[in-house]
Formats: sequence, structure tokens, C-alpha cells
Amino acid sequence: MNVDTVERAAKTPDDEQPHRELGLEDDEYARIRDILGRRPTTAELAMYSVMWSEHCSYKSSKVHLRRFGDLPESASLLVGIGENAGVVDVGDGYAVTFKVESHNHPSYVEPYQGAATGVGGIVRDILTMGARPVAVMDSLRFGPADAPDTARVLPGVVAGVGGYGNCLGLPNIGGEVLFDACYAGNPLVNALCVGVMKHEDVRLAKAEGVGNKVVLFGARTGGDGIGGVSVLASETFDSAADGQRGPAKRPSVQVGDPFTEKLLIEACLEIFAQGLVTGIQDLGGAGLSCATSELASAGTGGMHVDLDAVPLRDSTLTPAEILMSESQERMCAIVEPDKVDAFLAVCHRWEVLATVIGEVTDGDRLTVDWHGERIVDVPPRTVAHEGPVYERPTRRPADLDDLQADDPAALPRPRTPEELQAHWLAVLASPDGADKTWVTEQYDRYVRGNTVLAQPEDAGMVRIDEESNRGIALALDGNGRYTRLDPYTGAQLNLAEAYRNVAVSGARPLAVTNCLNFGSPENPEVMWQFAEAVRGLADGCRALGLPVTGGNVSLYNQTGDVAIDPTPVIGVLGVHEDVRRRVPTGWRTAGETVLLLGETKPEFGGSAWASVVHGHLGGRPPAVDLDAERELAELLAALGREGLVGSAHDLADGGLAQALAESALRYGVGARLNLPGEAFTALFSESTARVVVTTSDPTAVRTTAQWAGVAVTELGTTGGDALVVEGVAELPLAELRAAWTATLPALFGTPEATVGSVPAGTVPTS
Amino acid sequence: MRIGVTTFPGSLDDVDAVRAVRLAGGEPVALWHGDHDLEDVDAVVLPGGFSYGDYLRAGAIAARAPLVQDIVTRARQGLPVLGICNGFQVLCEAGLLPGALTRNAHLHFRTRDQALRIERADSAWTRDYEAGQRIVVPVKNGEGRYVAAPADLDRIEAEGRVVVRYVEGNPNGSMRDIAGVTSADGRVVGLMPHPEHAVEELTGPSTDGLGFFTSVLEQVVSA
Repeated sequence: MNVDTVERAAKTPDDEQPHRELGLEDDEYARIRDILGRRPTTAELAMYSVMWSEHCSYKSSKVHLRRFGDLPESASLLVGIGENAGVVDVGDGYAVTFKVESHNHPSYVEPYQGAATGVGGIVRDILTMGARPVAVMDSLRFGPADAPDTARVLPGVVAGVGGYGNCLGLPNIGGEVLFDACYAGNPLVNALCVGVMKHEDVRLAKAEGVGNKVVLFGARTGGDGIGGVSVLASETFDSAADGQRGPAKRPSVQVGDPFTEKLLIEACLEIFAQGLVTGIQDLGGAGLSCATSELASAGTGGMHVDLDAVPLRDSTLTPAEILMSESQERMCAIVEPDKVDAFLAVCHRWEVLATVIGEVTDGDRLTVDWHGERIVDVPPRTVAHEGPVYERPTRRPADLDDLQADDPAALPRPRTPEELQAHWLAVLASPDGADKTWVTEQYDRYVRGNTVLAQPEDAGMVRIDEESNRGIALALDGNGRYTRLDPYTGAQLNLAEAYRNVAVSGARPLAVTNCLNFGSPENPEVMWQFAEAVRGLADGCRALGLPVTGGNVSLYNQTGDVAIDPTPVIGVLGVHEDVRRRVPTGWRTAGETVLLLGETKPEFGGSAWASVVHGHLGGRPPAVDLDAERELAELLAALGREGLVGSAHDLADGGLAQALAESALRYGVGARLNLPGEAFTALFSESTARVVVTTSDPTAVRTTAQWAGVAVTELGTTGGDALVVEGVAELPLAELRAAWTATLPALFGTPEATVGSVPAGTVPTS
Repeated sequence: MRIGVTTFPGSLDDVDAVRAVRLAGGEPVALWHGDHDLEDVDAVVLPGGFSYGDYLRAGAIAARAPLVQDIVTRARQGLPVLGICNGFQVLCEAGLLPGALTRNAHLHFRTRDQALRIERADSAWTRDYEAGQRIVVPVKNGEGRYVAAPADLDRIEAEGRVVVRYVEGNPNGSMRDIAGVTSADGRVVGLMPHPEHAVEELTGPSTDGLGFFTSVLEQVVSA
């Protein structure tokens, strides 16, 4: 085979190279030539192209993300941004690592595998930190619920998230499923994983100790996912047809095998327990290029790899393809020579293939040999950490003034009880408001036996210690409508909602992760949205006293010129000192007093009501009040601790109307209620910092709330089999439930009626 | 009482089964698939999961594991064995229980809190229940549809070997709503639902599942 070696590259400086096809700009290519003092070899060009892709290098977002690093130091942050995932101290010697990551583009091209490998990738990130993964969540966005392409994408994505997570034995404890026309060509698949370890077990991704061995373990390397980060994740699809018909991009989607990943998890945890590694990195985007250059770059700098040693699924792969392949379920470890045998023995016990492929060297070069010839000789920092950084131009969207001026106050409002009732049912039965059982029943929420709360609760909660009952809570929220109207405020509203969702469960919010889904950074208006959202999130975190532990940026979420609504999905992690005192969202007991905490103003910009009833998006999103959120969270923690509330449910999309219905339908307990003030505003306003609680001791709740400075409005009493709102509506729960549960099955089929229509998955399903 | 809990590559609910045995008052003993060593256990639980990734057929490869060969031999001599979900699939593949588990009729993986009726309260694993008792435990599977030839179904029913049956809805299209069956001697039981996920108020829909694990303790004592 005619291999492009370093020696040959030096002799043939003028050979044409396909850098543009690999996604590199002319000036980026020139910079690579500059760094190397010659043209890159084919293999080097491949490495730089994937590592300098938007997805891996964060070249457009880096200058903005620095804001997160500028937040005040948090005592609970053990490992911050920059590692595979941040690590947070949750007390009693426990550390928790969590992160959310996108797999949007692959999930559009091949929904099942795209979503499945999204879960697989984030789980490996968590594992790499030294933690046992204990739960996953997913935040999903699709095009219009009744669009034909949504019927292609959604079932495959859901089956993929479930197929991979279920087979790994990780409970899925929550997330979101929302629809909007802006996601038609760009569904969002954001997967979160959370892992638990002891403080002393934290592992980092660096290669240290000259002579230490580089061990590649897990699956063999194949031809799947080549250029996934550069070709797929960092480019705009030209048309919707790309994902459907053209075979061209499908080979860029990876194929997952959760069984292998399960073995990898168990093998890694045993390897960690025996202290057999000095550094570890998973192979995800950019595969071996990423793992080797990042390990070397974070360590002392030198590493040599013998590419012939890499076990292959396909012997015809070229060295460049081996370096770029994103074959799943692979990890790379740095192991001291005298521990290699023990390392390989653990892998053997778990039937995991493990191979020594190189070693840590002195000096500061990453070198790779193939068939005895040198094909890569680069300074690893220039590949992994010193990629291009762009200060892209930003411009406030030209349509934003008009959009904000289009106030929903002008929309016709329901006047009669009949109209109010009809609008209530419309919001509740809309694809966004409807029951998500069709999705969530495809996920295992019970495995490992520590799930205390899972969907449809506001937050997921997992016990992490069976003796002390210490646990963690997590919520994921990302309202794209608010962010479209005002990215700065919208990002804070998403943060506030996730924060509130954690707080209603009784947990104390501790840290933030994020997945920032935006359109093309080459569009100054998108870049402005991005910069504003990051600024809003950073300011919000400062106000709430929470660190950002890490996150992920997904750009180029657009089809042609049309970008998605900016969608920063925010994850908040909380700690609960005794999960036996968690507060559920549903009403379980008749005779409890229903109280509304917080203040309601006429705020309908970006609301579910305006969207569902009028197809309207305009005006200003609800005002954000982070001081009020903080006071409310402290109140909820106190109420939970004292056992004063039987339930607590956050008010968000769909306002009080949605929250009341969900609380009543959870266990089939109705209520008789009186709304304060004007019924329409009371029901559909999306004012923030509000929660509905039920209690058998309203006096005590009022006293505590007064002390916390939170307004309390008594709404009525639980009981009966209807939601009765005096003068407005009398909704039998059976009727409400029928409307709420019918939507998704009507769109995507009742499972009993869909025999044969489920997209073929190649992974097991039992 | 020492209750073995098996782990195959891809077992997932082994930690749950261990916890259930412990909460029931038994001593859980980890059993590794590759060993020919039953460690003198008094009973064995084969937990749920995706042993060997469900490749070939769910449970087919695990049924040939060294440990399972020993379990089959001992089960034929009266060792109480409980197979849950993937464990049930393994027991059917190993020939200890009649019938087979196939892809759910609707082809989806489905998790739900499922009502069951205890049909036999005299097996090694169901003594702490009453015949006809309704319990609620999670069911979660993609290949949980119980099937057998009509004549075999008639025979199984006639011999009273249906241990638990789905009520208030059949989650996967199982024939005759069969959720679990037993061996002729009542000592080997397999079921698709997950009693080990219903042993604590905090984490399960009920504590109805604990009875499976307490039943066998008495069974072992009285044997």
C-alpha cells in the first residue's frame, strides 16, 4: 500500500490535499503547514480535521464559554470545566459527575443508532471520570408532531435511547419531549448521564510517566462514524432530503453495541478499584485521534502509537480511517508496565478485548507508525488544545424587534367558561402538554433499585447510599420559545425552571450542566443568540450561586438558511440528604389544602397557550426573578424537611392549568378550587417562581412561607374524581385523562396496533 | 439461608435481586457464570438483564454457560430456582420450564406497573401469597410474550403450572395472559415481571414482590 509518510510529506510539499472536503478552511490548513513546517501527511490531516472541527475544538464558542470559567469558585466543585465531565461534592465523601451531550445530527440521519450512541457516548464520559454511571435522562425535540418525518424520527430516537440505556442497565429518570416546526430538519437528542463515586476515586484524562503503556480496550475499530464530528456535527445539511435519501452521510453515523459497553463499564470499575490506571480517556467523537492527542496533551506531551496493533473489524481500513473512526465502546488507558498483566486479566474476565498499542514517551511529540513507517509526528497540544479560536461576528436578529413587539396581549382570549375549558383541554392535549407515557414506558426506570422519582415527576431522584438514604436529584429543561424571544432571559428562564424542578423534590440545587443547541455560528444573528444565552446563563448561575461543571455545544442545527430556535438545555443537579422525605408532584390524599406559592402576573409571551391556541410566538418571555427563585427553593427545602407538604409541582409551560391537571391525574385525585383574580390569567400565565403545593397543615405552610418572603394563595381542597374550578370548569378526571393520554398514541400508534411498524433496530430489545 | 444470585455478562438486575434476598432475610451469594461452583447455596435466583446482549435469542447463550449446566442438574434434584425476566428466558432455553418468550406483540420495550394474580400459592417461591391474590410489580421487557403450542398450553394449565397471570391488561401479548410458570415439582419458577423491583416503598410501586424471596426461605427451612 502506498502510505503517505512524514518523510514523503517533507519531500512532496506541493501535493494537493483535500482539506476542504474534510471540513478545514484554507487558513486552518495553512496553519497546520505552519505548525509542522511541511504539509501534513494524510493521517495528520485527518487528525487535525476532526480535532479542529467545531464539535471537538469549540472554536466558535470558546470565547463565550469562558464566562462559565469566570464564575466564583464553588466549594462543592471538585473538578471543573475541561475534563470529560465536572465533579461535584455531594457530601459524606460522595462525588457526583454529570453531563449532557447532544447527538442531534446523527439522530436525524439514522434515528435509532444516532440516539443510541448518544447515550453510549455520554455514559463513557461519566465512566471515564472514575464513576459508576447510575442514571440517564434525555431531552428531545422534534418537528411538528403530525409531520411525516417526525413519524420517522421520533419512534427511532425513542427506541434508540431505550434500547441502549435499557441494555446497559441504567434507569432513565426523566427528560423532555417537545415539538416545534423549527426542529423539523434538526431534531435535538440531548442525553444526560450521572455517575457516583467516592472523592478519592476521581480519574483524569492524562498520559504521564515515560514508559507507561497505552492500552486500547473495548470494541474493535471499524469503518463506522468516520468523520462524524466534522462531516455531520459541524456542517449544515443542504436539504431535508440529505438525511432521508442520500446514502452519503449514513456511514458517518456510528453503530452501537450496548452489550459491549456494559462489559466495558464493569471492567473499568474493576480496573479503577484495583488501581490499575494512571490516566483514562474514552473514544467518542474523533476516536483515536482525540483520545491519544488529548491524553498526551494533558500529560507530559510525548506518546508513541503503533497503529498496526489496533484490532480492526475491517482489515482494509487506511491508517487515516483508523485514526478518525468513531467506532463505539472503546476506551484508552495509560497503564504502568508492571500493572499491564493485571489490567489485561480484568479485561479478559469481562471478555473485553484489550491491546497495548503504544507508550508514553519523553519529549513533546505524538508519533504514530504504520507498517514500520512514521505517518504522524505532531505536537499533541496543537491537535487537542490549541486549535483555532474564532471571534465570530454577532448581530442582533433583524426580526427581533418586530417579534418582541408582537405582544400576545392582542390575542383573543377565552371569555366564557366553555371557552376557558376548551383552551385548557387544548393545552393539556397538545403534543407538548400531553402525557408522555408512550415514550417513557419504553425506558427502564427501575433497574438498580435506587430510583426514588422518575418521569413524569418534575425531577428524577436516585438514592446513592442505602444506609444513609442520601440521594441526588436532576432536572433538564430547555424552552426554545423563550430563548427565541430573548436569549439572555430565555437561558435564565430555563436555568430557573430546572432549578425549581430540583427544588420541588426537596433537594438542594448544587451545580449546572448545559447543552447549547444553536444554528450556524457563521450566521452573525445565531452567534448573537449564542453569546446572549451564554451571558444570561453565566449571570443566572452567579445569581443562584451555582457553578457550571461542563457542558456541550451543538452548532449548525439548521437546514439551509433556517436555524432552530436557540435551545440551551440546562441540567441542574441537587442533593437530598434523606430521599425518604422527597416530595412527589402528584396529589395522593383527599382533604389536603391546595396552595399556590409565588405571584402571578399577566405574562403570555412564548406561552404554551399562545402557541397551542393561536400558533403565536411573540412578545417578551416572562420576567425572570432569580432572588424569588432562591427564596422559593429555600422554602421548598424547609417544607420538605419538616414534612409539611404532600406534593409540590412546578408551574412552567401551560401555567397553572397544566400543573393542576398533571397533579390530579398522577394518582386520580381531583380537587375543588377557586381561582384568585381573573381566571384566564390565573390559568395560563407562565409567571416564574411559582409552585403548587398540597398540605394538611396550611397554617404551618403559610407561616413558613411568610418567613421566607413567598406569597401564598389558597386555591382549595383535594378530593373527588373531578377538577372543579368554581365558575370556570368542572372537568371529570376521566375526561381529562382521555384527552391527555390520547395524543401521542394517536400520532405514533398504540403499540398493539403497530405490529411491524417499529423501525428495525439491530440491537436487542428484551 | 444462602441464596445464589447469578451474574452473566450483561446481567443487570443482579444488584436488585441481591438486595431483595437481603431484605427478605436471606444471605445473598454471588455466582459467576463461568464457574462450576454453586457454593452450597440453598436456592438460586437468575435475575433480569440482557445476558450476552440477547444475541442469538434472549437467554439462549446463557443457558449453555457452565454455571447453568450445574443449576439444571441440581434443579432436577429439587434445588429451588427462580428466573426473573431474562432469567425466565434462560430457564426456558435450558429446558427447565416449558414454553418460550418471544418479541412482544407490539414490538416495543414496555415498562409498567403491572397487576398480577397469584395462581399457585404452593410453589417454592409463592408460599407467602394466597391463591387468587392480586399483586402489583413492575414488568419491563421487549421479549416477554409467553408462547407455547396449544396442546402444551392446555397441559400446563391442566397441571396447574401457571404460577402468575397478568390481570387488568396484558402488557406483551402473552398467551392466556401467562406471566410465569413452574416446573412439575413446583420448585423451579420463571416469570417475566420483576418482584425484585417491588421490595421497598421508596423505590417500587409496592412491596408486593418481597413474598417471592421470603417464600423460598421458609421452603428451604421446611425441606
